[in-house]
Amino acid sequence: MLILHCPYCGVDAEESELAPGGEAHLKRFGPGSSDEDFEAYMFARKNPKGVHFERWRHAYGCGKWFLAARCTATLEVFGTYKAQNPRPHPDIVAAVKAKRPGWEGWK
Amino acid sequence: MSLRLTKGGRLIDRSKPLGFRFNGQPMHGFAGDTLASALLGAGQAMVGRSFKYHRPRGIVASGVEEPNALLGLGTGARFEPDQRATTTELFEGATTTSQNHWPSLKFDVGAINDKLYRLFPAGFYYKTFMFPRFAWKHVFEPIVRQSAGLGEVPKDADVDRYEQAYGYCDVLVAGGGVAGLAAALEAGRKGQRVIVLEQTPHWGGRAMVDGGQIDGHDAADWVAAALAELKAMANVSLRNRTMVSGVFDHGYVIGYQRVGDAEPGSDKPRHRLWRIRAGQIVVASGAIERPISFAGNDLPGVMLAGAVRDYIMNWAVAPGQRLVVVTNNDDAYRTALAALDAGLEVAGVVDAREAASGPLIDAVKARGVRVYEGHGIAKVKGRAEVTGVELCRQAGEGTVVMELACDAVAMSGGWSPAVHLWSHCGGKLFWDEAAVMFRPDHARPPTGADGEAMARIVGAADGKLRLCEIMEEFGLGAVADEESAIEPVWLMPARAPDALRFKAFLDYQNDVKVSDVQLAAREGYESVEHTKRYTTLGMATDQGKLSNINGLAILSDALGRPIPATGTTTFRPPYTPISFGAITGEARGELFQPLRRTPIQGWHAARGAHWEPVGQWRRPYCYPRSGEAHGDAVKREILTTREKVGMLDASTLGKIVVKGPDAGRFLDMLYTNLMSTLPVGKCRYGLMCNENGFLMDDGVVVRLSEDSWLCHTTSGGADRIHGWMEDWLQCEWWDWKVYTANLTEQFAQVAVVGPKARAVLEKLGGMDVSKEALPFMTYVEGELGGFRARVFRISFSGELSYEIAVPTSEGLAFWEAVAEAGAEFGITPYGTEALHVMRAEKGFIMIGDETDGTVIPQDLGLGWAISKKKEDYLGKRAQQRSYMTDPDRWKLVGLETLDGSVLPDGVYAVDAGHNANGQRNVQGRVTSTYFSPTLGKGIAMGLVRRGPDRMGEVLDFPGDNGAIHKARIVDPCFYDKEGEKANV
Ligand SMILES: [Zn+2]
Repeated sequence: MLILHCPYCGVDAEESELAPGGEAHLKRFGPGSSDEDFEAYMFARKNPKGVHFERWRHAYGCGKWFLAARCTATLEVFGTYKAQNPRPHPDIVAAVKAKRPGWEGWK
Repeated sequence: MSLRLTKGGRLIDRSKPLGFRFNGQPMHGFAGDTLASALLGAGQAMVGRSFKYHRPRGIVASGVEEPNALLGLGTGARFEPDQRATTTELFEGATTTSQNHWPSLKFDVGAINDKLYRLFPAGFYYKTFMFPRFAWKHVFEPIVRQSAGLGEVPKDADVDRYEQAYGYCDVLVAGGGVAGLAAALEAGRKGQRVIVLEQTPHWGGRAMVDGGQIDGHDAADWVAAALAELKAMANVSLRNRTMVSGVFDHGYVIGYQRVGDAEPGSDKPRHRLWRIRAGQIVVASGAIERPISFAGNDLPGVMLAGAVRDYIMNWAVAPGQRLVVVTNNDDAYRTALAALDAGLEVAGVVDAREAASGPLIDAVKARGVRVYEGHGIAKVKGRAEVTGVELCRQAGEGTVVMELACDAVAMSGGWSPAVHLWSHCGGKLFWDEAAVMFRPDHARPPTGADGEAMARIVGAADGKLRLCEIMEEFGLGAVADEESAIEPVWLMPARAPDALRFKAFLDYQNDVKVSDVQLAAREGYESVEHTKRYTTLGMATDQGKLSNINGLAILSDALGRPIPATGTTTFRPPYTPISFGAITGEARGELFQPLRRTPIQGWHAARGAHWEPVGQWRRPYCYPRSGEAHGDAVKREILTTREKVGMLDASTLGKIVVKGPDAGRFLDMLYTNLMSTLPVGKCRYGLMCNENGFLMDDGVVVRLSEDSWLCHTTSGGADRIHGWMEDWLQCEWWDWKVYTANLTEQFAQVAVVGPKARAVLEKLGGMDVSKEALPFMTYVEGELGGFRARVFRISFSGELSYEIAVPTSEGLAFWEAVAEAGAEFGITPYGTEALHVMRAEKGFIMIGDETDGTVIPQDLGLGWAISKKKEDYLGKRAQQRSYMTDPDRWKLVGLETLDGSVLPDGVYAVDAGHNANGQRNVQGRVTSTYFSPTLGKGIAMGLVRRGPDRMGEVLDFPGDNGAIHKARIVDPCFYDKEGEKANV
């Protein structure tokens, strides 16, 4: 059972307080987009064994959505940051690179 | 035969005898006994029969690794099967029964299975699945049914209480032996918050039996001093009878405390489940001794050498009066010495090693005991208990060289570190060839949130079997006897023929023999995980604590490769089975899940409402009068509402306020229709879809003011929809100025419905509710009957209808005022079933009935509620996909049976032809179906391929027992198609 730090209320929250929301930093494709783009947005999700960026909601706490960088294999957490970021926060990227020198990047 | 010695027993209190029963027979033991020591002390060697072959089985071990001594314990509502006798404390009046036999333990019909062992080879279940069907029905199923299951299922609800608790610490120590206590002292002295959990009632672990010296003191004295120091520290908490059941992500630990097990009926909870977050976990869980595989190693009287020593020294119980010790290591010689010290006879030590020497061996020889070096046991003699052993050369094929008479055999194949907790969360192991064990690899520990080690492993669990080695890590000197090297012995004798291997057991609880694992290897099983499942080795409730390493070695040998190349199976929590009661805690009965109540709940209950669960709410389904059937009550409620007036507690409806400069723009994205253009004071029915285009919620939206809207959601959907709104606002459109608040529980809502609804409200008074002042689909805020109220003119029934929201605290008073004002008009409360029938009569859809997560609004004839003007809304792009615009989609229609009967719910309309599975093709299904009291016949709604284009067609709906229901496609609105009744 994970512990993730909520960047809004500052609580180190138990997984039971959190609701998962899948992959972070998706770009929404609406009307006018191609079938391929829409399909990728709607269905194609990364499922890496390793560094992953994901959405979590502090559902039984402050109610805010935040993002987390986590290794899906070891459950190491590189950091959490507010959802209002279109791409991983530079501090987080630096933290991942420090721990995983061979990391290919978030996109 | 086992017996109680007249002297000794460091854990028992002879001044406190305790009476108990085994299979109805009265026996007695002492305070401090386990059920196992008490049974052995009472001379009961045989405690059950085995699972598959029904062979007589006795106690093998003295702790959690015990595979055989699983008993039914207690009676009635306190009966529980499969209680491990070696870890259950004896208490006065304990009622125990043995398992897996019929009609009696001594005479058992199922024992015939033992003679038919060739019929039950490895993979028995898998192989029989391939037999013809008749063989299953007449041969295998009866056999499997008879032997399936371990123990009996309790028949009564558990009357005991269980609880859960939370703990937080810097260091959690799993195990209260000398290594655990030393680790706790280290952390405690540094001022860290420490929790020490020990699964038994006693501290000090094996050192209390095996002795030695620590830091210049006898081990027992050192333990006493360590405990005293730890108890004096405010930052240390010690809990015995508490097992670490599992180690999980990020330092999460589950502890299982047996609080009131030995005091049934007391006010204590029976078990307590601890949920602990630890900064660091110290695994000090000791080691588990391995049996040796020889023919007859499962006869009652054959025990682990360490266990024999425990029974003699801890409980003054002799497993026999004349012992044979069989070993491949020096530690078992301690058992010979303990037996001699207790005045028992040792008929010989059978040591598989050709030459071994050391102080322990010398001490045994010095007391006149013969050591048979390079020998093994060819076979144990005896039927229900040991009468002797046949010796052979270990290197040979089992040619008997001599016999030793004995009534107990103490075996030791060496010790395996209990690495379970290290492994639960990813700690890795390596094979130590010299020490003949898998040990923890300190370079690959389980890691925590920071990527660093979250566990440390110490003591015997770390593969350190000698006291000096264990204490060195803590900077403490220790003295223990020197020991010579262990030699691996996986089969005795090494080249045992079939006849012996068929009776050499690896897994006692699941009856898996050496021959089974070898057969699996011959049949092509190479992976240890596959072999485990095929043979069921290690899959019993003991999870292979005794059998895994031996089985692995046999498999590796059969495959001709080294043990580390085969690898271990995965260690999974719980370490030993824990009770469902502890896992459940207080979450049972009324506390299973929280119940949400409207302020009017008590009124409904007092009127005898029949309840229906709706999300976490319970809503009145109907209000049956005394002697009235539910169906009749529903019918009465509908007719009264349609003819006069009814009232409904609609407080459970979701009520979310959306406010801010961008609120209109936001709602235009959320709903399929335009909400930004809704004039203040007006109501509009809205639909919400997910990004995949499917309809997920509906409700009436009200424009409260220039910048605020009130969104009604379904009763079960309020929290989900509020979360959905927040998701988009926080994660996608975070620059939009919108605020949402879920006010569902802040308002009570009452629907007043029917031709007399206006008269009732006028009687309440204070507000102009006329058609002119408050037309259909409008809203007004003001005072009604003295209550602050929002009055919405909306209708889910097709009747003249008002929904009135008042503050929750005034909900009951308002409801009662409506009931009083309505009395002269014949008002009736109605429940959810009347609500459902009336909406179906009007052809209104219900989320969850007409929708199932694959239905788009266009399927439901709701195109009118989808804005053509908007460039975008959630779900719009998805609805443009070719599959969604396919004219062949199943669409909403009404259905009427030709004979007026009610269609069964959920039935399918068949089409011509069959599909690839030989099933009839289908072309539609029923989504809602009711008897309509208003129309006096059955009505239904359904989704049918091109349905709206096929009005008047008759479809076949096969039902139960070959019945074919014929129904005609009609308009889904069965009542007041022009909507005149609502708009008056
Ligand atoms: Zn928070």
